[in-house]
Amino acid sequence: MIGINVYLALIAVATLLSMYRVFRGPTTVDRLVAVDIMTTITTGLMVLFALYYGRMIFLDVALVYAILAFGGVIAFARYLEGGL
Amino acid sequence: MSALSIIGEILVLLGTFFYFLSSLGLIRMPDVYNRMQTATKSATLGSLGVIIGVGIWALGSDFGSAAWLTKTIVIAVFLLLTNPISAHALIRGAYKSGVPLWEGSVVDRYREHLEAKKSTEVEASKKPAEEGGEE
Repeated sequence: MIGINVYLALIAVATLLSMYRVFRGPTTVDRLVAVDIMTTITTGLMVLFALYYGRMIFLDVALVYAILAFGGVIAFARYLEGGL
Repeated sequence: MSALSIIGEILVLLGTFFYFLSSLGLIRMPDVYNRMQTATKSATLGSLGVIIGVGIWALGSDFGSAAWLTKTIVIAVFLLLTNPISAHALIRGAYKSGVPLWEGSVVDRYREHLEAKKSTEVEASKKPAEEGGEE
């Protein structure tokens, strides 16, 4: 089969493409949407790294990262609505 | 290489493909609502594929155990539950902060809903006043 390095490279390309929207985006919400997608992609990247190094403890890192990213996005959404 | 690792690797390949599609939609689409529409769905599906694929792939490797699959399923279910919520909250905040729709958009149900709600509220506030005037 293809090997795990190729998947890591594909995920890096996807993250770079969404980084373009972070720098370019005309409004604030565009950048926030791009950051939200980037956090989702980074969670998958951390799970892949757990397999790459063969350590199960990295899965916990991915779970905590997903929880913190969710809280951050909800806080930003409240700020956009004017409720924060 | 066992059958489990091959199945897991195919799932991971599909997931990375959908990740790539989501970032492509983030670049391609014209306004923030369309971008969120394309990017969130495919990123959720892609992370499901990658995360559960890693769990199955680890079962087929020499260091793998059942705890890998359990933990990856926990992460995948968490992402599946929270990703649409965060997307919905962000887009609602975008609409309320006044980001305009793309000029090619043809329907705006949320504005219709708000106008309908406002008109019923106006009628409801008029009625008691008229009744009071008749008395």
